[in-house]
Amino acid sequence: MDAELLSRIQFGVTAGFHFIYPPLTIGLGTLIAIIEYMYLKTNDEIYRKMADFWAKLFAINFVIGVASGIVMEFEFGTNWSNYSRFVGDIFGAPLAAEGVFAFFLESTFLGLYLVGKNRLSRFMRFFSFLMVAFGSTLSALWILIANSWQQTPAGYKVEGGRAVLTNFWEAVFNPTMPSMFLHTVDASYITGAIFMAGISAYFLIKGKNLELAKRSLKLAVIFGVIVSILQLFPFGDESARVVAKTQPEKLASFEGLFKTQSKAPLLVFGIPDPSQNKMLVEIGIPGALSFLADHNVNAVVKGIDAFPKDDLPPMTLTFYSFHLMVALGTLFILTFLVGVFLLYKKKLFTTKPYLSALWAFIPLPYIANELGWITTEVGRQPWAVYGLLRTKDAFSPLPAGDVAVSLIGFTLVYAVLFGIFLYLTIHTVKTFKMD
Amino acid sequence: MDLNIIWFFLVGILIIGYAILDGFDLGVGSVYLFAKFQERDIALNSIAPVWDGNEVWLITGGGALFAAFPMVYATAFSGFYLALILLLFALIFRAVSLELRNHFQKESTKTLFDWIFSISSIVAIVLFGVAVGNVLSGLDLNKNGDYIGTFFDLLNPYSILVGVLAFFMLSYQGTVWLFLKTEGEFQQKVKNWAKVYWSGYFILFLICTLLTYVLHNNLFTNYLTHPIMFAIPILALLFMLASIIRIQRNQPLCAIIASSLSIAMVILTAYLSLFPNLIIAKNPAYSLNIYNAASSQLTLQTMLIIALIGMPLVLIYTIYSYRIFHGKTKIEEGY
Repeated sequence: MDAELLSRIQFGVTAGFHFIYPPLTIGLGTLIAIIEYMYLKTNDEIYRKMADFWAKLFAINFVIGVASGIVMEFEFGTNWSNYSRFVGDIFGAPLAAEGVFAFFLESTFLGLYLVGKNRLSRFMRFFSFLMVAFGSTLSALWILIANSWQQTPAGYKVEGGRAVLTNFWEAVFNPTMPSMFLHTVDASYITGAIFMAGISAYFLIKGKNLELAKRSLKLAVIFGVIVSILQLFPFGDESARVVAKTQPEKLASFEGLFKTQSKAPLLVFGIPDPSQNKMLVEIGIPGALSFLADHNVNAVVKGIDAFPKDDLPPMTLTFYSFHLMVALGTLFILTFLVGVFLLYKKKLFTTKPYLSALWAFIPLPYIANELGWITTEVGRQPWAVYGLLRTKDAFSPLPAGDVAVSLIGFTLVYAVLFGIFLYLTIHTVKTFKMD
Repeated sequence: MDLNIIWFFLVGILIIGYAILDGFDLGVGSVYLFAKFQERDIALNSIAPVWDGNEVWLITGGGALFAAFPMVYATAFSGFYLALILLLFALIFRAVSLELRNHFQKESTKTLFDWIFSISSIVAIVLFGVAVGNVLSGLDLNKNGDYIGTFFDLLNPYSILVGVLAFFMLSYQGTVWLFLKTEGEFQQKVKNWAKVYWSGYFILFLICTLLTYVLHNNLFTNYLTHPIMFAIPILALLFMLASIIRIQRNQPLCAIIASSLSIAMVILTAYLSLFPNLIIAKNPAYSLNIYNAASSQLTLQTMLIIALIGMPLVLIYTIYSYRIFHGKTKIEEGY
């Protein structure tokens, strides 16, 4: 294997691992801020105990996110030096801004909250966690500004073999930024909601910590039904339409659309065969993809056949990731709708099969997040910066052996970290007893 | 003063801020194993609420370097590849062991995490120093700015010596922090450690300066053109002396201010010797300086606005946080 392939695998491993943690930081962080707000308003001790418990799990998640996040800040330089030289004028600023505006905020206030909460007033407890949640959301904003610029570069000119900034706000508000940011943050909310719902369900099944579990589950279900529906419409819908407009070959790969056509179908199920340029099996809704892309069933949607082969992303991975993500998103909506229904019927805390399902569903939003990430990043290939810089021109000219060593190292270290994370999270949940 | 020069200094401030602040918690890690098992909780609790914020100085420094001088970011990080990966592993292990140690109950598990925490702190400190040593002695670069030497070229005696200086400097900073945050018997012990690390710090700074004159006297060019600059290394020595005197007189707050200022002066001494270069290449034509390695004026200007808005905010709530935790660390306060 050469240095390019190894660097790509390493970036996939390190970014994919890192991305397990920030969504929960944002989602659960927001929910804890809401709980602290209730504590501030009602002065009910149960809310304080709830916040303390969830903050404990939050802290375990947060530290692995921080530890794996440092790697991301440096990896553009270590493994993608030619990329860094090409985009540095634009890409570095949001990374620096993320440090200045987001990381300082979340780490300082989390330290304050976790270690100093006995020295803090109820208002400062609430305010600290609000800043943690706000900081982590800001972090998502800046990193997605950087990432979306790779998808749809704007506000630049190419000069002397480098992208040079011409308009900061155009670069920030590039075409895919708003939809990617909202879609990702909402996915984080869903992750937080299912995490909280699942663990609360576990307590209810075991008959432990009932007061904490009931209030948490109710909060998670109400929050969850709102954010999961918002994810379908408008956020997911808007994301797809922006991709259709700005990266049509990516949309064609998402949807396995081989031929350019009007009344293009949206597939409910399909098995693509890229080698024969056709779908082996497909069940679709005629015209729905045209409608999604342009809000018009007769719109012509470009298929794979409209693009040079060299500019196409690998179809199989993009296609399945996208469809599985959509399927999971649909499942989340159904899950929370059932939850709200049971809440209305006053059966939410006693319907065992539903509670078991919630507990079992905890891994699913994580999988959906990773699939969404694969969809958008693999779907951008073969470009590192869409239309400007190919991935094969972006990597550092390192000895392949060096990259192999680091890749093996990261894989082993991250496997250990993941083990510790799972062990501590599960252990904390299983041994927790509200006094 | 043009934007490139401003950014030269702003990157310097980030490096200094990082060295002073994460310096004391890395330093605590470095001397940590000398503490008795019961004392370790206090040592750890004293840095628990602030270490992560301190490390953000490094992350922001990395981002600022990427934004302001992308060529330097690309060259240095890919050039120091294996060393940097090792540094990242050290920082990962350190973060995880220090945060998660007290989630475990068994004493043997805690001890294992203690060892990981301390060793990874020392590895990180020494690697920072070795990296600085290599930047000072110059790198073998090609025309594209890619490093063409090997990993083992980075481990030259001069750079290793700078690594040892970093070890004593930050370990000393760690002991001064502990001197500030502890009391009683533990504090007396810390006081004795401080004297040992201080001696190493003082002597190695002198040796490194002398050796730099012998081996890399190109780094003295700026000083010889502007002799007033010699005030900086002299101030470094004076702050070191002031710091140890304050420790002797049991005035920890003054001691840590003085030792922090000494760190600032030591780093400034080295950093200003590079000006206007950021990375000196063995072939001077390929050196990266604040002009040929920089981003566009628009980016530097935008970044300056970001820094001017963001950093005062950061300073305000950082100071607030330190004020909340002022005073001696108690054993029961922690995660």
